[in-house]
Amino acid sequence: MGEILVLVEHRNGALRDITHEMLNKADALSRARSHTVTAVVIGGKELSFLDHVTERADEVLLFEDDRLSHFSADLSADILAGLIEERRPFLTLMAHSSWGMNLAPALAVKIGYPLATDAVDILVDQDRPMVIRQVYSGKMFCRVSFQESQGYLITVRSGVFPPHRAGERRGDLIRRDMPAGIPESRTQFVEFVDTAAGEVDIAQAQLLVSVGRGIGEEENVPVMQELADLMGGVLSCSRPVVDKNWLPKFRQVGTSGKSVKPKVYLAFGISGAFQHVAGISGAGTVIAVNKDRKAPIFRAADYGVVDDLFNVAAALKEKLKH
Amino acid sequence: MDIVVCVKRVPLTQEVDLEITPEGREIKKDSLVYVMNDWDNYAVEEAVLLQEKFGGSVTAVTIGDEEDEEVLRRALAMGADRAIRIEPGERQLDSFVVSRILAQVIREIPHDIVLTGVQADDDNCGMVGIMLAEHLHLAHAAVVTGMEPENGEAEIKMELEGGIDEISRIKLPAVLSIQTGINEPRYVSIMGIRKARKKELKVVDLGDLNIPEEDLAPRTVVEEFFLPPETAGAEFIEGDATFVAEKILEIIKEKGGTG
Repeated sequence: MGEILVLVEHRNGALRDITHEMLNKADALSRARSHTVTAVVIGGKELSFLDHVTERADEVLLFEDDRLSHFSADLSADILAGLIEERRPFLTLMAHSSWGMNLAPALAVKIGYPLATDAVDILVDQDRPMVIRQVYSGKMFCRVSFQESQGYLITVRSGVFPPHRAGERRGDLIRRDMPAGIPESRTQFVEFVDTAAGEVDIAQAQLLVSVGRGIGEEENVPVMQELADLMGGVLSCSRPVVDKNWLPKFRQVGTSGKSVKPKVYLAFGISGAFQHVAGISGAGTVIAVNKDRKAPIFRAADYGVVDDLFNVAAALKEKLKH
Repeated sequence: MDIVVCVKRVPLTQEVDLEITPEGREIKKDSLVYVMNDWDNYAVEEAVLLQEKFGGSVTAVTIGDEEDEEVLRRALAMGADRAIRIEPGERQLDSFVVSRILAQVIREIPHDIVLTGVQADDDNCGMVGIMLAEHLHLAHAAVVTGMEPENGEAEIKMELEGGIDEISRIKLPAVLSIQTGINEPRYVSIMGIRKARKKELKVVDLGDLNIPEEDLAPRTVVEEFFLPPETAGAEFIEGDATFVAEKILEIIKEKGGTG
C-alpha cells in the first residue's frame, strides 16, 4: 500500500491528454497493488478542469498561486520536492512532454530519486516498478529496473495508455499553500507562439502525400509536390524535412506539428518515429513506402511497400498521367 | 561568452537490421557506422554561432573511449576551441552518472551557457542536460529551438507539443537542451577535421575526478533488450512498381481519399 502521485499537465486552462492517460495508468497500477492515486495540480487561479481530476483521483492537491499561472520547471520542482519529502509516494508520474523533460530530471537530482523517462509501459514487481521503453528510435525495446529507493520517478510517453474512462473516484480537493521560501523562478514566461498556422491546413486534407528523410535532398521536394497535385492530395512531411528547411512547419505531421485525419495517408520515406506516428492516429488508412522493412512506420501502417520511394512515385505519376 | 557543449557518439541504426547481443542487454554494434548524435550536431553549431557573435570560447566535452574522440574532432572542425574526453574505463554509466561526471568537469571550466542535445539517438533518455543543470545549480530549459542572449539573460524559444512555441526569459548561466532544426549545422570536410587535429584535446581519467563512489552508482539498470512486439502491422504489397502503383490507387479510391 502506497501512494502514486500524478502531476497534472495543463495548458491555457485545459488538461492535456497525457494527464488522462497517466491517471488511467495510475488507476490500473493502484488496483493491482492497493495504492492510492493522488493528483497534483500546480497552476494559477480559477482552473476550470478540477472536476475532471477529482473524479479520477483519491485526493487532489491544488497549489494555486499567481506565480504559478505559467509552468515553471523551477517552481514545480521545488513544490514537488517538498511534497515528496512530506508524503514519500511510492511512484511519481509526470508527462514525457517538453515541460516534463525540463522538470523531471531536475527533480530527480534534487531529491535523489531514480528516474526513468519516456515509459511506454510500467510494471510493478516485488514492490519495485519496472519500465518498458524504446531505444534506437523505436527499433528496439528494453526493460529498465531501478536501484532501490524510497520512491521512483517516471515520465510517461503520450498516446500509449488509453484515456481514462468515466471517473469512478471522488477525490477530496485539498488546497495547499505555495511553500514559503521558494526562490523566484529563473525562467519567466513571455508568450506562446503558434507555429503551425500557414497557407494550407493539412489537418483538413482527405489525402496526404507525406515525405520524410528518405527523400534525400531538397531538389526532390517539387517531385513529390507534383505527385501530390496529380493525386489531388496535399503535401505534408515529417520533422527532418522541416528541420532542414525543405518545407515549412505548417506542413509538419506529428506531436510538435499537426495531428491529421485524412482518409488516406501516404508516407514516403518516413521511418515512423513515435512523435510522427502519434500525429497520424486519426488517419483512416495508412500506406507506407520505405526501403527498410524494419522501419517502425510499418507497424503503424495498414499497407506497406518495401521499395525506393522514387520508383513508386514515378509509377504513380505514370498511371495518373494516362 | 564561454560555452560548453556536450556531445555523444552514437551508431546509425536507420536501414539496418539490429541484433541483440547474447547477454541480451545491448545491440550488436560491430558492423554499425558511428556518427555524432544528431541533436548534438545542432548544439555544437549553436555554440559556434554564439561564439562568432559574442566572442569567448567553445569547449566540447564527451565521455567515452578513444574512438569517441571522432565526435570531438568533428566539433573542433566545426569551430570549437578545445575538447575534453573523459575516460570512464569499464564502468556502467546511466544518465544520472553521466550527468554527474559532466558536472564535475564543467564546474571547473568557465561557462555562461552549457548546451546539450535534447536526447541521444541510442538510449533516447533525454535527461542528461537537465540533470547536469541541477548538479551545477543552474537555470535550465529543454527542447530549445532559439536563443538570443543579452545582459546576463537569454530570450529562448522552447518547442511544446501541438505546434506551439513558448518564449521565455532565462537567467544565465544556464543549461539548454537543443532541439534539431534550431540552425543549419555547417558542413565539415575531411580536411577540416584533419586541420582541427592541431587544436587541444585533453583526456581526463574518471578516477582523477574525485567523485564520491556513491555518485557513480547507476540509478537505473537495463535488464533486457527485446524486439518490438509483433503487432498487426502492415499488409505488404509485393510486386513491381507499376503493380504497386495500381494497387495504391485502388486503395485510395476505395477509402475515399480522392480530392
